[in-house]
Amino acid sequence: MNRKLAVHDPRGYPPKVTGKRLAPRLESLSGKVVYLVDCLFDNSDVFIGQLRDWLGDRFASADLRLIKPRESWVDDPDMRARIEADGDAAILGVGL
Amino acid sequence: MALEQGGVPTVAVHTNVFARLAQSVARANGMPTTRQAFVPQPVVGKSAAELRAYIDGDDPVNGRPFAQELIAGLTDPLDDADMTGLSFERSTPRLLEPDSEDRLHALFAESGWTDHLPIVLPTEERVAAMLAGTSRAPDETVGRLRPTFYREFWEFTVEKVAVNAVMAGARPEYLPVILAMAASGQSGRSSSTTSQATVALVNGPIRDEIGMNYGVGAMGPYSHANAAIGRAFGLLSQNLQGGSVPHESYMGSQGNFLSYNATFAENEAASPWEPFHVQHGYSPDESTVSLFLGGWYTVFGGGPRETWEQKFTRSLQACDPYTGPIIALDPIVARDFVKLGFDSKQKLIDWCVEHARLPAREFWDNQWVQTLLHPRAVAGIEPYATMLAADPDEEIRIFRPEDIHIVVVGGETGAMWKMLGSGPRRVTVRVDDWR
Repeated sequence: MNRKLAVHDPRGYPPKVTGKRLAPRLESLSGKVVYLVDCLFDNSDVFIGQLRDWLGDRFASADLRLIKPRESWVDDPDMRARIEADGDAAILGVGL
Repeated sequence: MALEQGGVPTVAVHTNVFARLAQSVARANGMPTTRQAFVPQPVVGKSAAELRAYIDGDDPVNGRPFAQELIAGLTDPLDDADMTGLSFERSTPRLLEPDSEDRLHALFAESGWTDHLPIVLPTEERVAAMLAGTSRAPDETVGRLRPTFYREFWEFTVEKVAVNAVMAGARPEYLPVILAMAASGQSGRSSSTTSQATVALVNGPIRDEIGMNYGVGAMGPYSHANAAIGRAFGLLSQNLQGGSVPHESYMGSQGNFLSYNATFAENEAASPWEPFHVQHGYSPDESTVSLFLGGWYTVFGGGPRETWEQKFTRSLQACDPYTGPIIALDPIVARDFVKLGFDSKQKLIDWCVEHARLPAREFWDNQWVQTLLHPRAVAGIEPYATMLAADPDEEIRIFRPEDIHIVVVGGETGAMWKMLGSGPRRVTVRVDDWR
């Protein structure tokens, strides 16, 4: 039982990971356009609605905009383009 | 993370049970410091007041106020790690460091490379013997797999598939089927919270060439080929896609027995209808494997007896309305349906489509219908838009013909049938391409 065996590694080949930087942060949400992205999971619209109300009470000058992707579990380039075009920040929820 | 790259500071809100997974995905995307905030699980079923309490409460992952995390995530200054992200190379060696048999078995188990049962160690000799089962070169790329769509793809070669086939106890003659399954792009270890399994159906001459069971006990542990091919598919899925670890790369809340093995073959000779692969454009002398991502439910029955229409209707209504069934009929049942006038699978499928109905209210209240189909309906995509426009009490058809699959399997010891969850995705792959 002490004989040493050479065996194969059963794992596949992972891709190389390339570091990506975060976007510059804001000084404040006041006066900014903040997109609240409803990820379309069950009941996430209620959560996002509550979050909008909470933020609205504290950042009255923020422009809080609700937005949804065209489908759940699917990337929506049009939605991203819209947020990138006129949004200052985004909050996604609830889900991955 | 795509928004961050587009210059928009972003915070993603998750429930706490997804913390390890969310952090793992961020790291694999080169953005490990991506801002995340967590609320308690679940969000589903909670009232507006309860969700407001989540916002007012603490983040259950780091213990700090949730709202503070959220605002800080958008406004706190970045540090060096945020500015560069994290780049790294990961590699997996062809061979592991030589060691004793016992220690290697322990390494495989502790590394999460098994299905928690003993495996056959993939020595160089065993893998070389397995590779004799295909004409393909060992270093040829077979495909890519990932646990779910938002994860990264991992690649793999013919040799890597053979390694996992050895571990499962497969024989070289099974390798073309296993390679075809691996090439399908369909994982047998989906990480969906719904606990998906992948059901695999083999058609064509390969079934008899390798001794697959499509008769008595075809869906049970009564065939080495069925058992080893199904196990190999599970092992290769988890190992070649980068793992299947609860809380990191597997989130199925309940898990699925069919993940151990859901591989079987169609009883083509005893079927009164054309084989499944012929229905989908292949010739009878081609061999294929069809994979269905789903496997959520099983409904069972006998017959068709006098009241079969009522039984079938209730059974179809009991199926998850988001995913239609694979209707697996014993040959006795299939021939009895022919006597009732169903001289093709399509006629029986059409009957099922017509009779599988639910009140629109009930259909749209289904969690996955609401999550996945409702947005399509709102976007005007048919048939969902029309289904959404229906009166809540109107009984609407819940399946399309392409959602329902009929397979003949069994050994004629009883007139039995099952409806198995087929899932939203089916792919059929030619086995002959991998001989």
